[in-house]
This record gives sequence, structure tokens and C-alpha cells, in this order.
Amino acid sequence: MATYQEFIQQNEDRDGVRCSWNLWPSSRLEATRLVVPVSCLYTPLKERPDLPPVQYEPVLCSRANCKAVLNPLCQVDFRAKIWACNFCFQRNSFPPSYAGISEVNQPAELMPQFSTIEYIVQRGPPTPLIFLYVVDTCLEEEDLQALKESLQMSLSLLPPNALVGLITFGRMIQVHELSCEGIAKSFVFRGTKELTPKQIQEMLGLMKPATSGQQGKPLAPHDTAASCRFLQPVEAVDMNLTDLLGELQRDPWPVPQGKRPLRSTGIALSIAIGLLEGTFPNTGARVMLFTGGPPTQGPGMVVGDELKTPIRSWHDIQKDNARHLKKATKYYEALANRAAVNGHSVDIYACALDQTGLLEIKCLSNLTGGHIVMGDSFNTSLFKQTFQRVFSKDYNGEFRMAFGGTLEVKTSRELKVSGAIGPCVSLNTKGPCVSDNEMGVGGTCQWKICSLTPATTLALYFEVVNQHNAPVPQGGRGAIQFVTQYQHSNTQRRIRVTTIARNWADAQSQIQHIESSFDQEASAVLMARLGVFKAESEEGPDVLRWLDRQLIRLFMFHLRRSPFLQVFNNSPDESSYYRHHFVRQDLTQSLIMIQPILYSYSFYGPPEPVLLDSSSILPDRILLMDTFFQLVIYHGETIAQWRKAGYQEMAEYENFKQLLQAPLDDAQEILQTRFPMPRYIDTEHGGSQARFLLSKVNPSQTHNNLYAWGQESGAPILTDDVSLQVFMDHLKKLAVSSSA
Amino acid sequence: MCVVGIINYLFIYCWSCKGTRGPPTSGAPPVSGAQNYSQFGQGENQNGPPPMGAPPQRPPVSQPYTPGAVNLPGPQHPYGQRFGAPPVSMQHMTNQMASMQVGSTAPSPAGPGYAPPSVSQAAVSAPYTPAAPPTFPPASTASSQPLPTEALAQAPPHSYYGALPPVQQPFQNAVPTFSSAGPTQPQAPPPVSPQSFPQAPPISQPPFSTAQVHPGPTQSYRGPLPSTQSSFPRPPHPTSQPSAFPAGPPPTSIPSQLPGVMQPQPPVSQPSPYHSGPPTTSTGFPPQVGAPPRPSFPGMQGPPMASQGPPMASQGPPMASQGPPMAQANHILPTQPGMPPGPINASLSGPPPQPGMQGYPPQQNGAFGQVRGPQPGYTGPYPGQPNYGAPPAAPASAPAAPKRLDPDSIPSPIQVIEDDKANKGSEPFTTGVRGQAPPLVTTKFQVKDQGNASPRYIRCTAYNMPCNSDMAKQSQVPLAAVIKPLAPLPPDETPPYLVDHGESGPIRCNRCKAYMCPYMQFIEGGRRFQCGFCNCVTEVPPNYFQHLDHTGKRVDCYDRPELSMGSYDFMTTVDYCKNNKFPQPPAFIFLIDVSYNAVKNGTVGIVCQELKTLLDYLPRENPDVESNIRVGFVTYNKVLHFYNVKASLAQPQMMVVSDVADMFVPLLDGFLVSVSESRVVIESLLDQIPEMFADTRETETVFGPVIQAGLEALKAADCAGKLFVFHSSLPIAEAPGKLKNREDKKLVGTDKEKTLFQPQVSFYNTLAKECVAQGCCVDLFLFPNQYVDVATLGVVPTSTGGSIYKYTYFQAPSDQERFLNDLRRDVQKQVGFDAVMRVRTSTGIRATDFFGAFYMSNTTDVELAGLDCDKTVTVEFRHDDKLSEETGALMQCAVLYTSCSGQRRLRIHNMAVNCCSQLADLYRNCETDTIINFFAKYAYRSVLSSPTKNVRDSLVNQCAQILACYRKNCASPSSAGQLILPECMKLLPVYLNCVLKSDVLQPGADVSLDDRAYLRQLVSTMDVAESHVFFYPHLLPLQKLDVESMALPMAVRDSEERLSRGGVYLLENGLNIFLWVGVSAQQELLQNIFGTPAFSQIDPNMTSLPALDNPFSKRLREIIESVRAQRSRYMKLMVVKQEDKLELIFKHFLVEDKSNSGGASYVDFLCHMHKEIRQLLS
Repeated sequence: MATYQEFIQQNEDRDGVRCSWNLWPSSRLEATRLVVPVSCLYTPLKERPDLPPVQYEPVLCSRANCKAVLNPLCQVDFRAKIWACNFCFQRNSFPPSYAGISEVNQPAELMPQFSTIEYIVQRGPPTPLIFLYVVDTCLEEEDLQALKESLQMSLSLLPPNALVGLITFGRMIQVHELSCEGIAKSFVFRGTKELTPKQIQEMLGLMKPATSGQQGKPLAPHDTAASCRFLQPVEAVDMNLTDLLGELQRDPWPVPQGKRPLRSTGIALSIAIGLLEGTFPNTGARVMLFTGGPPTQGPGMVVGDELKTPIRSWHDIQKDNARHLKKATKYYEALANRAAVNGHSVDIYACALDQTGLLEIKCLSNLTGGHIVMGDSFNTSLFKQTFQRVFSKDYNGEFRMAFGGTLEVKTSRELKVSGAIGPCVSLNTKGPCVSDNEMGVGGTCQWKICSLTPATTLALYFEVVNQHNAPVPQGGRGAIQFVTQYQHSNTQRRIRVTTIARNWADAQSQIQHIESSFDQEASAVLMARLGVFKAESEEGPDVLRWLDRQLIRLFMFHLRRSPFLQVFNNSPDESSYYRHHFVRQDLTQSLIMIQPILYSYSFYGPPEPVLLDSSSILPDRILLMDTFFQLVIYHGETIAQWRKAGYQEMAEYENFKQLLQAPLDDAQEILQTRFPMPRYIDTEHGGSQARFLLSKVNPSQTHNNLYAWGQESGAPILTDDVSLQVFMDHLKKLAVSSSA
Repeated sequence: MCVVGIINYLFIYCWSCKGTRGPPTSGAPPVSGAQNYSQFGQGENQNGPPPMGAPPQRPPVSQPYTPGAVNLPGPQHPYGQRFGAPPVSMQHMTNQMASMQVGSTAPSPAGPGYAPPSVSQAAVSAPYTPAAPPTFPPASTASSQPLPTEALAQAPPHSYYGALPPVQQPFQNAVPTFSSAGPTQPQAPPPVSPQSFPQAPPISQPPFSTAQVHPGPTQSYRGPLPSTQSSFPRPPHPTSQPSAFPAGPPPTSIPSQLPGVMQPQPPVSQPSPYHSGPPTTSTGFPPQVGAPPRPSFPGMQGPPMASQGPPMASQGPPMASQGPPMAQANHILPTQPGMPPGPINASLSGPPPQPGMQGYPPQQNGAFGQVRGPQPGYTGPYPGQPNYGAPPAAPASAPAAPKRLDPDSIPSPIQVIEDDKANKGSEPFTTGVRGQAPPLVTTKFQVKDQGNASPRYIRCTAYNMPCNSDMAKQSQVPLAAVIKPLAPLPPDETPPYLVDHGESGPIRCNRCKAYMCPYMQFIEGGRRFQCGFCNCVTEVPPNYFQHLDHTGKRVDCYDRPELSMGSYDFMTTVDYCKNNKFPQPPAFIFLIDVSYNAVKNGTVGIVCQELKTLLDYLPRENPDVESNIRVGFVTYNKVLHFYNVKASLAQPQMMVVSDVADMFVPLLDGFLVSVSESRVVIESLLDQIPEMFADTRETETVFGPVIQAGLEALKAADCAGKLFVFHSSLPIAEAPGKLKNREDKKLVGTDKEKTLFQPQVSFYNTLAKECVAQGCCVDLFLFPNQYVDVATLGVVPTSTGGSIYKYTYFQAPSDQERFLNDLRRDVQKQVGFDAVMRVRTSTGIRATDFFGAFYMSNTTDVELAGLDCDKTVTVEFRHDDKLSEETGALMQCAVLYTSCSGQRRLRIHNMAVNCCSQLADLYRNCETDTIINFFAKYAYRSVLSSPTKNVRDSLVNQCAQILACYRKNCASPSSAGQLILPECMKLLPVYLNCVLKSDVLQPGADVSLDDRAYLRQLVSTMDVAESHVFFYPHLLPLQKLDVESMALPMAVRDSEERLSRGGVYLLENGLNIFLWVGVSAQQELLQNIFGTPAFSQIDPNMTSLPALDNPFSKRLREIIESVRAQRSRYMKLMVVKQEDKLELIFKHFLVEDKSNSGGASYVDFLCHMHKEIRQLLS
């Protein structure tokens, strides 16, 4: 048996699963004592180039409330052509197509290496992907131009048969009709009036006169044709749309001095969602919102149009002084839920120097699996490349996006599922495996994930329900099955099934085993997600206190200081942004977010990771810090001087040139793969941008203890935050004293 | 005031005749001559009841005639004098007389005196100078009196009859003469009447239907007239009737009849009789009149009198026939003849005067005698009667005749119009003299502004206002002015000058804020001026100071339009602008219905196609400069489509607004654009609109949001403007202003009928208010296939100074031309925006009521979002104090508006009228057309709040009061059986009847509610000319057309009797043109017009005449074009073949006839009116 390290790695590679514990305590009481719950990170669409999908339907357990998928853990009687469900122990006969089954002729799903398997199934006519651009026109000319170009460019990246739509908004909202020749036609709505979905559909002419009041009936073909006025195949309207985008003007309504432009984001989104709702319910669709500022009028308004009233800050929020916050949040949540119900996701691309109301709007993306990208301007590579990367393709030349996913979790009897944290909404499916004890989004065994990427990772939390003193469960293993149904970007419907099993262990007798099966990284992320989830719903200090109580691990020091839990020095929008990404990225990325990686480049050897500590900041080093959101290259004082002096230009200092180049190359590599594209910062000692680095490192040296530590050992950080040393000391003291 | 008498005509009914008619309808007239009585005792009874005084009337009737006759002569003379020209139009006469009187009281008796001025030319000069008249009178009286008698004696019996007939026939034109003649005849007849009548009736009947009506009377008449009549009718018949009569003569004669009626009055008008008579008249009239006349004119008068009804008619006709042609001649002649030339008169109108004269004198104390001028005419008419009878006789003489008053004997509009043309058409009308009635709207004349506004701008009902409210109340004559502030002027008249008073703005009275005008009296050497309206004294600003000359006038008086003209414009300052900001140039927004109906009937394509060229003709002030009006486009069905047509776009952009519940404008930039800059984009748009909606299946429309959209667009652009809405159906789509079909014909005639005229929802009233506040004028073009609720849809247009055009069952091939011409004119016409009109008046009267398409938020300011050159506002005045005869009554109409170039301007119209303390003066200087305009608007508004029946009744009642007051206070004594009408109002009954039986007030079963609402709103903005022709259509006999001459054939009266089966007639009422073709029209005529000789081959569906290369066709098409050019709306041509189905529609416009809807015929109504009057008098 390999080490746990290898086991964990192997499981992650095969199934996309990282569990906090790889041996599960066999009773509820013991599980509770472990503090870190039995839980796992699951990446449903983890890229598996080595896993060819099978072209048939999965075989399901016949028990109505089980319906587990046939998997390698099932007992199979090849003679009787019968298999026993490993979740409910129901004995099922194979379907006729499995008649030829035998020990030597096993279907893929029974082979151990196919604990994760993907089925391609035929469910209804394939529907093309839908991209609906919702574009803010209250932008600076330069920004708008850049955005227009990006949008035009994106048309070439879309699948040719994808349907595109365009909604522009400013003071008013225009829904552009794309099918018309000659004359550009759009439907206009005022930005201040809330409309019901029915009204919107009526006004867009999507409602056919109710002939006989059949409701809920899927749209007939001619109805789709009607809706096609707004959503057209890219290949058909490429030119039209390019021209249309080219002719987009800034919002023409005058903005008086001292006012913000009137931006009707709320209504624009409700129309976008209403449009899709009416035309393509339950079809994969992306609403892509491009906005350059906060919503300033109508429902969903975040701030008034008076410039003298600044947009809400954390301070205002804490003082309950944010007038529009609750109303707006409620509004967008309602929208998000509508979108989620129909399987439509919403991306937010917000580029502005000031806040754009992400705090309020974020739920649209969070609940629907959409992206959030925050930048300073549309005219930056950060936005341009990130946006481009949305349409990146995988090894098969297919888009790295999937739609309308539902994740169902099945557990063996000793386990129940408490909840999930990630870009999902509950489908409120009660089942035998649903725990009453909710963690994250709970009370269900099914979640909807409107949009998925291969990186999308959910945290799932379980509860061990086996009673204390009860024998270790039959078979000695607990099993979990993840069934993810989704629409692949090539419009196929697919089902990915992952079945994992872990051994039960008696905590009393096997505590060391359990300890050794602990996955520190996974646990850190899982707990951090819980923390973030709580931070979203509870007051900040309480969350920190909870965390302190729960954990005494190294990571948590950084987590405490991270923007996921701390709001100091961050705007509400930034917090929202960071949290958004934290709850959806996979383990590696999450870890980077919690504890940024710091590499040091020097003449003394190859680049090496160094402690995220102020002591690592030395004059003759180049530091590369990756915080996931930022990529900082920091030139030490000496290096910076040399660079300024231009030594790298001199032939004899070729090595210096290479030294300078090395972190750039590494950064480039990260930039290439990261989504969203991080903010790239090239700075040096004393540079203003160096703050990005200084704010992250452990303040082992501060202005308070500067002299005690000696000057040459690093750079002092001007902060009152405690250093790790102090933190640890304190922690130790507490651990001892509070054990009572 | 002797003059009064002159003004009036005596109208005498032949009650006896009526008796025969029996028909209660005629009711009024029922009481016929004694003879009738005896003959048709029963019939009389029927009629009798209503008339009450029937028996007594008869006798009087006959008598009145004579007086009437006398009167007539009187008027004529004056006429002749004043205008010198032969045109003897009674009105003129009266007017002149009036003025004359004013000048000197003596004139009245002079009236007759005028007559003497037998020398018409001389007379002409006289009228001009007020002073002259007085002199004349005396002289004339002296001479005239004797003359008349002589003349009468000489001519009446013999020469007259004998001669007249022929004369009459020839002179149809001599309408004027008719009137005059009428009177004379009456006069003459009275004496003779009783006996002679009996005989006549038979004769008359056979000859003509009209005659039949009069039978009773005619008979009696004929008794006296027998010879004449017989001779007349017969001779004429054979010759004249067939050819001339049918078309020309009859009609003319009819008109003449009217005059005839008037004539009766003339007697009244004959001042002399009046003065002397009044007291006596009232009581003794009947007897007296009867007696005197008879004796004096046994032969002549007697008959006419008796027959009055008939005789009148008969006279009228003859008169007419004579008149028209004669008119001028007559007048001249009359005067002359009346005076000296017995023989000449005899042949022409001359003779009549004589008789008339004679008759009168005796009756009216001799004063009448003077009036002879007219008399001749009268006599003429008489003879004419026979003619009349003859022509009509052919078609329907028999049936009609027995019942009716002879239509030829009652006042003829045609006669009056022709008289006026003849009398006033030649000389320019100068506005310098206060209280001078202008020529009729039907007369072509030139105006010279000498201090009062041109009648093209302002027409008053009375040019002699009563000094106090008691008089006004007593007379019941409405005091109103019909103001058309931006009226277009003919090319030979100078448009108002633009006056700039500099930075401080126009100079105004400190107290009442009246603008500087000729009525401001400069005092203290020119340092101050006293306001003519409120008498407040105001400092003259230094920069405006000017010395006064010895008469107290400013030296620069004639250099400054505001001191010497009646109409001028002021430049204004920023103080006169909304929000103290100079206005932006206005905008035109075209809102086009693109629902299924609109697309199907072709309007979408037509509008779009037309706009492409029309946009080059937006109104501009300087023809060399591009119009700076911006344009915008919207299409709609149940949603709205706005178009961005910014010049920089390659293609227009359409923006759909479906949120009709809460309208807004989706774009700012690019919606309103300059035509020249965005031409390419606009053309592309207009090309595409019809294509885009070609396959639409949307049938529902909205309407309220459409106007809101335009309004919001103007608000957003911060400018005033005009919306052109092209709409097809009832707006039933869910939206503000949604309507339901509420057409319920069962309500017609009930007390709830008024609700049909009221808007269905109040939404549009509110909307209209908002539109007015923004200066948003709405013009509505409707293309309905069914009920669209014009009453409601029209609220906004009619409150914003807009117009409604309605094309029911629009079909592109046949209606396109009409629509396009309307559209072109509507778009191109001069228009002002955001206008406020205020009428200031002398202390003593006050503008109290306003009629037209506008909105009023207070009681004084008329707010018009848009004011175009066709829009008219009728203003009613009431006394709140006394006026002085010295200063007269002044009014100043000031209209502040934004011109189409965006300038803020003031247009000022000043008008001064006289004040009188004698009712007679009031009646002498009225304008019936204007009164009718007022009545119509008043009544049409009243239907909103009262049952139509009440409205009709109150109209009749007021009219009766007016006439009764006249009769009581101004007319010379005569029998109650006489209908005496003021000269100026002799057409009041006929016109009033037209109003009463109009579709709005008395709809036929086939008249839709929409049509009624449409007409109601249409009439509210009509000026006098339009309302005149609308209520009394213009009917031209084309077979009389002289291809060589530029002159039009003389119109004929609107009665089927006047149509000849062999003729072709053109009828127009401002909305439609009909070409009526008689069954037996000459082949050559048909060939010339239609290119086919066969009646049966004429296509009744043609909407334009074939362009044939013959002079007749050319001339006819020219005429049609010129008639169209006169009207503000293009008139579609409909060809009506006699006895075809369409003829029913056509007949609807023959307003002197009884209508299908129950409207009374002219004759019947006159009788009814008479009855009413008598009731009031008794």
C-alpha cells in the first residue's frame, strides 16, 4: 500500500475527490470529536483526457428512492445476471443489453479504474449553447471601444451554431433583434420599472396569443422562431452583430455634472433572464454582463446618481447605513434563483476603478455558476485575456464549459449528506441520505450547477450517522456516489458518475490510523469554505472567532488574514469577488488563495519557495508571489538598483538578465493557465505596488520589533497585525488553558 | 330711423296656399290667405292650428308685401348710390343705409330718398361719404316718393308683368334685383291679392311645383297677376325653362325668392315706413298695410301680397331669374327706372320698382315709395314666379306646388351672394371706417388695411354693437367675432409688418397690457398715451417718443404699422418665452400606424412614399432657407417603434417600446433630425417601413401611448412641435387610453345622446393638457373601417389646435389623392406653436366664451399648442358695462406664438366696431354668415351637454327672438302674417335650417357616430367661409358654363327642384365635390366631360375627370381645381348619376329640400320660424 500521500493523489487524479479524512470514524460521536467533518472537495468535470465517455445509458438501481448507478463496488452475480446495489443492497437484474456479461466480459462501469465514468445519453433534441451579452453603454469612450472589440472578437470564438443575443443598457435597456435585414431593430425598456417575466415576454412579443391556455407546455417550433429574433446562430448574424456592436454608442442621455450616469443594470438583467426564461428554459445559456459601474436606478439600484453620495463601504454596511443594500441584494437573489431554476448562468464582467455593486449582484454568478471578473478597465489585458479565456478549449477542441448541471449525491447508510458549498443551488430533493444537520447549502441531495468548468469544485460535507457502540458497518467501507448530469459544450447530454469508498475505522482503537489519513490541505480548504460561507451570512468577527475555536492549524493564520474573511482594506465588492472565486476553485488554487506562494530568485541557486514572511524580503532577491488574484514580481533593493543601472543590457551581465527573466517566464506560465487572469504587478523595493506583497507576508518584523530582529534579515512591515509567532504563542496558551 | 325700413324685406306668406299644402311640416306657414282658407278649409285647419293667427295673417300678408316691396326699392336705391355700381345687394344697402343713418338720422326716410338717386353712379359716391347720404335722402325722398307711385302706377300692372317675365328669365344673375323685386312685388300684390289670387293658384300650380305650394296664394295672386303670371310662365316655360331655366334660372330664381322674402322685410327696412309706421304698424299694420297697398297697387301689390308665400316665391324666382343677370342692370335700372325711366325698368327690373314704389309709399307713409329701386326688382320677381313655377313644374311641380310656399319667393342665398359680389366685389375694402361690414365671404375682394384688421382675420357678427346689455339681451343677436389669426392673404395684399420695439419689448398699456395700436391716444404732446381699451394713461418710453401734429396724431403715425394698421406682428423679447428661454426650433413627428388594417388599406406605403418628397417642403419663413424644423418617425401597432435616423448611421435603427403602459422615449440623439443632414437614412427608413410590416398580423393598436410618445420626445428635445398621427382603428390594445366600442345608435335622440360626443375616458383630456403645456400639437389622420370613437380620439387634436382628417373605408386608388393633398397641405402650411391668444376689449364688453380647437386653463387665455393658418377661434362677447357710441367697441386680439423658424412673435389684430343705441342700427350691420358660424359652433358644443333636441330648439328660439325683436322694434308696422326679416339677416332662416338639419344635430339613420363627432369637431375650427359653404353647399350648373369666360356660371340654390334633368351640376361643401349628371344631359355635354356620349357609360366610380382635349373639359377641370384650392381640405370628386344609388348621398346636400333625417325644407322651416316669431310677438 502506498502512502496516504500517494493514495490521495491517485484518488484526486482519478476521481477529482479530496477527502478531509481518508479513514472514516465509524460513529457519529467520534466523527464529531474530530472537529473537521467528514467532507470532500469534488471537481465534477475534472478533465480526464484518458477517460473516453461511453455511449450508453447508465444502469440504475431499481429501488425508487435509490437509483444509484451501477459501479465497480457493486456485487455482481454474473451467472444470475444480477447485481446488488452497494447503497441500498437492492438486488437488480441487468437489462437485456447486458446479456453477454461475464467475468471476462465486463462493462466499463464495473472495472475499478472506472470509478469515475462518463455516459453520453440521448435526451431530447440537442440545443445549441446560448450566449446573451448584456452590455453597459455608460462607459468611457475608450472603455466602450475596447469592450466592443472584445465582444466582436468573441464572436469568432463561439461555436458557430451557438445562439447569441445582445442587450445594451444605460438609462434604458435595448434588446437587439438580430434577425432583421437592413434596419437595426431593438426593443427598448425603461430602466426604472420592474416588470414581471410575463410582461417582459409579452413586450418582447414572445407570447403567442394564448390559444387555449396551455401553460408550461414547451415552446413549439414557431415560438422558438419568434424568440430567435433576439437569439440567433452566430454563423447567421456574425456580420450583422459585428456591425451592430461597431455602431454601439455611449448612452446618449446627458449626465449632468455631479451625477453618475443612470445605469439600469437591474432591469437589464431581469430582461435578459426573462428573455431566456421565456424562450429557452432548461437549456444551457450564459448571460454575460459587462458593466462599468454600479446600478444607479430602478430596482437593483446600488447607489443613487448623486456623486456626492459615495457607494456603500464595509463601514456603511456595518453601521447599517447602506440604503439600497438589502433591497438590491434581495432583488438580485430573486433574479438569480429564477435563472438557476432554468439552468441559465450569469457572468459578471465588472471593470471600473470604483465599486460596481458586485456585493449585491454577485449572487447571480454565485448561484448560477457564472464567472465574476473584476478589473479596472475593459481596456486592460486582464479583462481582454480573461474574457478570451472564457472561450478556451480543451484537448478535444471543445469549450471548457458545461451547462445545466445537476449533482446528486448518494451515500451508503452510515453517511448522510449535510450540504454543499460551491456555485450551486439546492434542488430541494429530500432523500434517505439527506442529513438534518445542514452545512452550507443543505437539506437536499441534489444541487443545480448552472454552469460548470473543469475547475469547478464543490465542497461536500457529510455526517456519520452510525451510532456509537454499533459495530463497524458491514463491508467495512463507506461509499459515496456523485452523479453529475450536464449539457456538454458540444450540446450532448452527459452523465458523469464518480463512486468512492473509504474504510470505516473505530476511532477508539484505530485513532492513529485515522490521524494519518487526515488530508491537511483538503481540510484547510474545506474549513475555509465553511468559514467563507459563514462570513457571507454572518458577521465577520463571529466567523473569526468560530474559526479560532475550530482550528489551530498553520493555514488558518493566513486564512484569518485573507480577504475571504477579513474585510479590512477591501471594498465590499472586492470581498465578494475574492470569496466568489474561493468557493469554486479546486484545491490547489484554493490553497494559493489562502496562503500565497512565494518564490525567491537569486544568484545562489534555482528558484525556491520561501516562507511567506517578511524575512524573505531581501535586497538581492527577486520574489514572485502568486496570490491567485495577483501575481507580484518584487525586485529586492539591490536588484532594483542594478536593473535601474541597466546592467541587464550589458553582455557581461547576461546572467543578471536571465535572473530578471526567470520570474517573468514563470509568471507568464501562470498567467497562461489561470482563470481569471490575475492582476500582474511588476514592482520593486519601495515601489508603491510593493504593498501587494507586504500585505501578505507574515509580519515577523514590524516597526515594533524592528530592532530586535536586525535590519539585514528582511523588510519590516508597518502593521499592527500579529505575526505568526505571536499567533502561535497565543494559540498554545489557549490550547492548554481552555481544555477544560 | 327710416333706414331700417329699407333694410328689411317684407316677407309674406301665402297662407292660403299653405292651407292647401296641408302638410303640417310647413306648419308655420299654414295660415294662408283668406282665400285659401275658404278653399281649403280643412287643410288650413291642419296647418292652421300651429299658425294660430293664420286667418289674420293672410290679409296682412298681402299687405306686408306691398310694404315689403316698398322697402325693397328703398334698399336698392341706397345701394345704387353707395356703390354706384348696379349691384343691389340688400345687405349692402342696409349697411350703407346704416352708415348713412349714423351719419344723419334723416337718411332713413332718405332711404327712399336714396332711391331717387336713381343715378346709381351718383349714388355710389354717396355711400362712401357718410355725409352724402343725408343729402341724398332728402332729395330722394322728395323725388322718389312721387316717382314710386308713378312708377308703380305705370309699370306695375302692365309693363311689369308683360315685360318682366321676359326680363326675369334673361337675368338670372340679377339676384340683387330679386331681393329688391321681391319686396316690390309683395307690395304690389297686397292690394290686388285677394281677388286675383284665386285665379293665380291654378295657374301657378300647373306650371311649377313651387307654384303648387303657393297655389292658394298664387291663385289669389294670379287673380291680379293672372295675365302676367300666365304670360310669364308660359312664355318662359317653353323657351326659358327647358334650356335656361332648369339650370340657371330656376336656381337663381330660387335665390331670388329668398330675397323675395327678404323683400318683404325691405319694406320694414324701409326706414320711412318704419319710423312712421312702427307704432302704427304693430297694430294697424295688417289692416293698414293691407288697405293702403291695395288701393295703391291694386293690380300689382294685391296679387303678390296675397300670394306672398307664393307670390314671394314666384317673385323671388322671377326676381332671381331677372335678378342674377339683372342684378347689376337692375340695380342700375331700378334706381334709374324707379326714378325716371319707367319703360326701361319695365323691361328689366325697372318696372318692378315702380310698382313696388307705389305700393310702398302708400303703405309706409310714402317713405317706401322711395325705395322703389328695389321695387322694380320685386316686380320683376313676380313675373319671375311664373317662370319659376314653370321650370320646376316640369319635374315635380305638381306635387310640391299644392303644399308649399313658393320657394322662389323666399330669400335666396344665391341672390344675396350674387348681389354682394356685384356690389362689393369690384372695389377694395378699406378697413379704416369703423363699423363697416365687409363683403360676404363669397365675394372676392381686396382688403386695404387702414387701421382695422382685415375681414380675413376677423369677422364680427355685428358691426354695430348695442351700447348696453339690455339691448343685447333684447335683440338676442350674438355678439361674436370669428378670428383667424394667421389667415393666409391673397398675393395682392401685404402680409402684416413685423414691428420691433427693441429690447424692452412691445409697448403696452400699463394696466390692461393692451399692445400699442391705432386706438392708443397720444396726449401731452406725445409723452403719454391713453389706452383705448381701459383709458389708463401710460408714459411713452423715451426711445418711442414722437411729436404730435396739429390733429393730435403722432408725426410718424404712418411710418409705424402699430399706429396705422389693423394687423401687425411684434418681435418679442425673452420675457415672452417659456421659462425665459428662447425656444428651440419646433419639430414634426410622424407617427404611423402599421397594424394589419393600415398596411392592408395601403396607408403605410402611401405615407412613407409621400414623406420622402414632402419633407423637402416643411414650412419655413424664408423660402430660400432650409426649414429648421426637425423631424422624427415612429411607427406603431400595439407597441411603438422609434427610429434612430442619425446622419452618421449607415442604416436607420428601430427601437421598439412595448411598455405602453408607461410611455417613454427610448432615444435622444438621432430621433429628431434635420432632413437635409439625415436624408439618406430617412429615405432608407421610409423605403423599409412598408416592407417591414408587409406581413404583419397585428391587428390591435394603441393610441394614447402614441401621443404620449410624441409628447415625451418633444419634452426630451425641449421644443414645441406637431405630431402627425396616421391611425386606423379603435385602440383596444391594453394601454392607457384603451377604448371600447360604445357605438350605440339606440342612444341617438335620447337624453343620453350627448354621452356619445363626450370622450369615453378622461385620459385624453389629461393628456391634451400636457400636450398644450409642451406646445405639442396633434394632427390626426384616421382611416377607419369601423367605429373608432372619433369623439374620444379627437380630444387631443381638438384641444391642441390640431386637425382631424377622416377617410372612412380608405381605398388607395380612390382616396389616395385626397389624403395626399390633405397631408401635403397640412405639413406645408404655416403654423405657429405654443401659442397663447388673448382678446382684450373696450371696457364695457368682455370676451366671455371661446370656440375652436384649443385649451383654456383660465377664462381669458386661449392656449393653442399649434396654430395654423386655417384655424379659427370664435369669440363671444358680453356686456359687463355700457359702451359709448362715441368710442365704439374696440377689440384687440394678441397671439403670442413661436414661428416655424423658432422665433417668438406676437400677432396683433385690432378691430373697432360701432356702438348703437338703436336696435335698428344693430340689425342693419350684421353678418348672417358670421352669426351662423357662431350658432353652429355654439350648438355643436352644446350637444356635449344637452340633448340635441334641446339644442335645436334653443337655436330656433334664439333665432326667433332675434327676428321677433327686429319685427317688434325695427320693422314698419305690418300684419302679423307677414314675415319680416332684416335685410342683413334675411338668410338667417335658411342657413339656420341648414345648421339644424346638419348631421350633427339631426342625423339620418345612415350617419355614423364617428361622422357626427368628426363633423362636430371639424366645424369648431371653421372660419366663416368654410362654415358657409359647409352648411350651404355651392351648386354650379355646368351646362351654363361659358368656356370662353373666366367667370363661373351663377350658382343655383340647393334644391332638387333646381336641377334639370338635362344638366350637369357641380356641388361642393368644402369636404366633397359632386358632379351630378342629369339623365337627359346632352350628349355633347357628356362627350365633353366624360368622353362618352352615353349616360349609361359614365363610370360612377371615377374620382377624377378624364383629361379631354376640349375647352369644356379643360375649363371644368380648371374650375374643380380652383374650387379645391380655395378649401383647406382636398375634396374628393364623386360622380353622381341621376337616379343612381349615390344620388341619395348627393341629395343630402340639397339643403333647401326636406331631408331624409327629418330636416325641414327651407320653405317649411321658414313657416315654422314665422310661427315662432308670431308666438313671440303675440
